[in-house]
This record gives sequence, structure tokens and C-alpha cells, in this order.
Amino acid sequence: MSSAPSVTAEKPVVSGGPRRWGEPLMHGLLWLCALASVFVTISIVLILLVESLEFFRQVSVVEFLSGTVWEPHATPARFGILPLACGTLLVTAGAAIIAIPMGLGAAIYLSEYATPVVRDVLKPVLEILAGIPSVVFGYLAIVFISPIVRSLFPQADVFNALNASIVVAIMILPMIVSLSEDVLRSVPRSLREGAYALGATKLDVTAGVVVPAALSGIMASFLLAIARAVGETMAVTLAAGKRPQLTLNPLESIQTMTAYIVETTKGDVPRGTLGYQTIFAVGLTLFLATLALNVLAQWILKHMREKYE
Amino acid sequence: MTPPSKPQSMTELTAEPKPRTLPLRRTTVDHSRVVDDLLDRPQKVVARDVNFFYGEHHALHDVSLSIPQNCVTALIGPSGCCKSTFLRCINRMNDMIEGTRLSGQILLDDVDIYRPRTDVVELRKRVGMVFQKSNPFPKSIYENVAYGPKVAGIRQRSQLDEIVEKCLRRAALWEEVADRLAASALQLSGGQQQRLCIARALATDPDVLLMDEPASALDPKSTARIEDLIFELKDSYTIVIVTHTMKQAARVSDQTAFFYEGRLVEVGATTDVFTKPRQRQTEDYITGRFG
Ligand SMILES: Nc1ncnc2c1ncn2[C@@H]1O[C@H](COP(=O)(O)OP(=O)(O)OP(=O)(O)O)[C@@H](O)[C@H]1O
Ligand SMILES: [Mg+2]
Repeated sequence: MSSAPSVTAEKPVVSGGPRRWGEPLMHGLLWLCALASVFVTISIVLILLVESLEFFRQVSVVEFLSGTVWEPHATPARFGILPLACGTLLVTAGAAIIAIPMGLGAAIYLSEYATPVVRDVLKPVLEILAGIPSVVFGYLAIVFISPIVRSLFPQADVFNALNASIVVAIMILPMIVSLSEDVLRSVPRSLREGAYALGATKLDVTAGVVVPAALSGIMASFLLAIARAVGETMAVTLAAGKRPQLTLNPLESIQTMTAYIVETTKGDVPRGTLGYQTIFAVGLTLFLATLALNVLAQWILKHMREKYE
Repeated sequence: MTPPSKPQSMTELTAEPKPRTLPLRRTTVDHSRVVDDLLDRPQKVVARDVNFFYGEHHALHDVSLSIPQNCVTALIGPSGCCKSTFLRCINRMNDMIEGTRLSGQILLDDVDIYRPRTDVVELRKRVGMVFQKSNPFPKSIYENVAYGPKVAGIRQRSQLDEIVEKCLRRAALWEEVADRLAASALQLSGGQQQRLCIARALATDPDVLLMDEPASALDPKSTARIEDLIFELKDSYTIVIVTHTMKQAARVSDQTAFFYEGRLVEVGATTDVFTKPRQRQTEDYITGRFG
């Protein structure tokens, strides 16, 4: 607000009148909008923290983080988050293994090889892909992907981690492609020219100069996409099953942290019980994981980005 | 440094009809190592009726210019007169820019580099370039210089080390960076980056070296080193240099070409152009009346 007086002071003296109070009013309104988003963020984090604290009064953090059995609604209840974390990890890792090479390849193709016409066709297609609601991906996974997976691997469960990995990979692909393509294209032409002038082939230039120069941005795009995969809910809830278990076999039915939260929130666990409070503890874990990934991505962008000139 | 396999078709050059250029007169010149007849030399690069377009913009108009072998040719002219554009036609660097078009011919050792199915990669190995804006790769100093030899297939570490040291020495940079070859090239100062780009261009050992204002960011001492280098290099290379300093053009070049608004106004032995220019525009420019 401190700049408000100078805003009016810069105006010519004759144009006073209503403007004089209009400017600070606008300024104030916009400031309130900004404040609201900060307020909402802080409140959500606070709610998560307070409710989780309630939970951790009864269950030790060590048991929560190291327990290998997740049976919150059984008697006696067991609160080891590792099976859920493992489910999330399995789906995310699978999605990353599929989406990262494909996404990077597509980004390199779009930025370095595609003609403007091809690019003008492909980019909107990617945006459409990014805009498909995740619930649609969820049932596509069940209706189309699961039968294919089961015909390839007959021992696979109907709901399995691989289904979820494949759809989540499709979901994060547009993000990897468009973010990576942006950083690849922002590598200045002068660098490419410098390499071409030395008798480099297109492949030399792309693999030896352009991709390394854009590497920090590419890494950041991977991390952001992984954060998105960790937080992905609808498709994994539908496709991966609801059996929390500690396994690295992608063909088995598992449950992710997000899917557990959905199940419990919708289920008949009474509010205020320890079983219900698990969703805050799991939510907090999830939040910290995605936050860490985002912070790491921002850090890479800020500190490892090469200045080109 | 010179590999024995370098393709050179000098024998054919005598049969080649002389391109249409402004006539050069025989002169005796006082520059110590200046060649006294540019036309008797084999012509390394010959541009014939070159017209160049950036989309609709007609940049170069009917440029015909012969660049004699083992000589330094200076391109001078006011900013925006297409010196860089012409230079970049010689290694087809303008191909990178969408919508550009060239008509006419540019011959390198009598072969038109714009004929269909030209191997542009091979061409650029023979025609090296130092850009107007220095553009080191965001890699180490060593990797910058070793890049060219590496893409040319040299893998042996000792050989690369040798090339890197030799080229950095020639570009007057070795003393300053010898102890930090692994440091990022982007940490170097502007002038050091420019010399690094010169070293990088030398490392591929081209026949022709195109230098676009290679000394624009250099202090007098480094400039002098680069000028010495150019002098030394012309025994084995053909050099085309763009410069805004008349003194530099006079000091280093054997032949000077004056461009104005996309046209080649005058070309001749440097001493002639500077002492008795034939065109009024040239005289105005070199005496500092415009540009
Ligand atoms: N990539 C490009 N696209 C379109 N026009 C261009 C491009 N590069 C240069 N030009 C135009 O071509 C003309 C000549 O530019 P050029 O860079 O060759 O001039 P120059 O003689 O090298 O000037 P300077 O001494 O300032 O470097 C200018 O009018 C410029 O606007
Ligand atoms: Mg220029």
C-alpha cells in the first residue's frame, strides 16, 4: 500500500476527482485477492498439521513411518504407512519410467525436428490430452488397459499397479513434453549455430549441445511431473485396486495414499475417530512429498540453470 | 595441425574463368607481407551474382567477390550493410534461418556450395566461423575447444589435449585458463569468451576461417594478439574478417571489400582501397564521414 501516494502524485494535477480514490481502492481490492490465496494456503496447511497432531498423539511417528502393515480399521488397528507409500511409489515409478523417455523424446522431436506445420498440429493435441478429466483416464484404465495387461500377463490382478502406471504416464506426458519443449526451444539459436559451424550434425547438436544446455529445465519438468503423479488420485483409485500391501510387483492390486484418502473420506468411518484422522496424517505425508519435489524442482531451476550468454 | 587428407582442388582453379569483380590493379604496396597481386593467386571462395533474401527482404544485391587463397579479406561497411549476411552465406549458416533464399553461386575450390546435395556438414568443417556475438557452449573451457575435433571423430584424449592447448595458445587465451580448463566457459569474461570461440573455430582446422568482428570485445593487447594470429594463420588458411575498425582492416588485410546497403561497392587491394578509393562512398566511409 505504500506506493499508493506516489501513484496519485504521478498523475497530472488537473485530472484529480474520482480517480484519486479509485486507484487506492483497486490497489486494495487486488491486494485482498492476493491475501486470500495466501490465507487459504496457510489455513489448509494448519488444518493438516493440527489434525495430524491429534493423530500422532495416539500413534507414534516412528510406528507410522516404519510400520509395514496398514490396517487402520481393524482391531487391533495397525498404522504403518509403508504399504500405502509403496503403492504410490510403485505407480509413480512405473509412470515415470514410461513417461520420461517418451516425453523427452517427443519434446526433442517437437523442438528440434518437427516442421512448424507438424508442431502446430501436435501441440494442440497435447493440450487436449492434458485437458481430459482424470476420471476418464481411470475408467479407460479399467475398460481398455487392464484387459491388455491381463492378456500379456495372465497372473495380473484385474486392478493392478501397472494399469495405474500406464494411465498416470499418459496423464503426465503432456506436462513433460510441453515443459521440456519450452526449455529446449529457449536454448538460443546462437548456440546451435556455434555447433553447426564446427561441422556438427543435427544429432551432435541436439544430443551434445541443446539437451545438455537445457538439462536443468528438463530435470525440473520431470520432477514436476512426478509430483503430479504422486498426487494423482482419481485414476489410481479406479485402476490400482484397494489392497494396501508392501509389494514391488506391478501386476498386483495395491492402494496408494491418495486412493486410501478417497476411500476413507467416502466410507462409513465415523468422524473424530482415530481411523478417520488417518486421512490427515496420510494427507500430510503426501503434501510433504509433493512439496519436497516442487521445492527441489524450483531449486534446480534457480541454481542450476545455465545463463547462455 | 593440418591433416594430410584435406581436399584441395587447386589444380582446377586455373581453368576457371575469372568471376565478374571490380578490376584490381597491380600495385606495389608497403605492407610487409601483403601479396602484391591478388588476382594471380588461386581464388579460394568465389561469389557470383549473389542475391540473398530474408523472406521478402532483399538483403544482398548482385554481390560478386573473389577471395584469394592464403590472404586476408576484410569486409567493411556501415552497420546493417549485410557484412554478416554475406559472411554467413559462405558456410551456409543462413540456412538455419527460416524463409531465407539465395540466388547466384558461391564456389569453394570451384565447387558451388549451393548446388543440390551439398554436404553442409562437410562444408562447415572446411569453412570455420567466429560469430559476431560470442557463443561459447555452456560446457567447460576444455569441452568447448574439443567439441569440433570430437564431432569430427577424434576420441584419443592425448590428441584432444594437444589440440586444445595449441588452439588456446594461438587464440592468446592459454595463460589465462591453463589452470582451469574444467571450469565453465560461461565464467570467462566477454573478451575471454570471444577468444575461446576463436580457439574453438581453429580446433576443427578449417581451410577458410570466417571471422565476424573477432576483436570487438577485446582490449588493445588481446586485439594485437588476435591480429598477430590472423597474420600467422594466413599461411595456412584463407581468412575473411568483418571489422568496424578501419585501422584493423588496414593492418591485417590484403584485400578489402566495402559493402553499402547490401551491395558490394568496391573491392581491391587494401592499400588501394584505403589510399585511393575509386568510389565516393568508400572514401566517405573510410574517412569517417558516415557509418
Ligand atoms: N535473421 C534475420 N532475419 C531478417 N533480417 C535479418 C536477419 N539478420 C539480419 N537481417 C537484416 O539484414 C540486414 C543486414 O544485416 P547484417 O547482420 O548482415 O548487417 P551487418 O553489416 O553485419 O551489420 P553490423 O555491422 O551491425 O553487424 C539488416 O537490415 C538486418 O535487419
Ligand atoms: Mg554483423
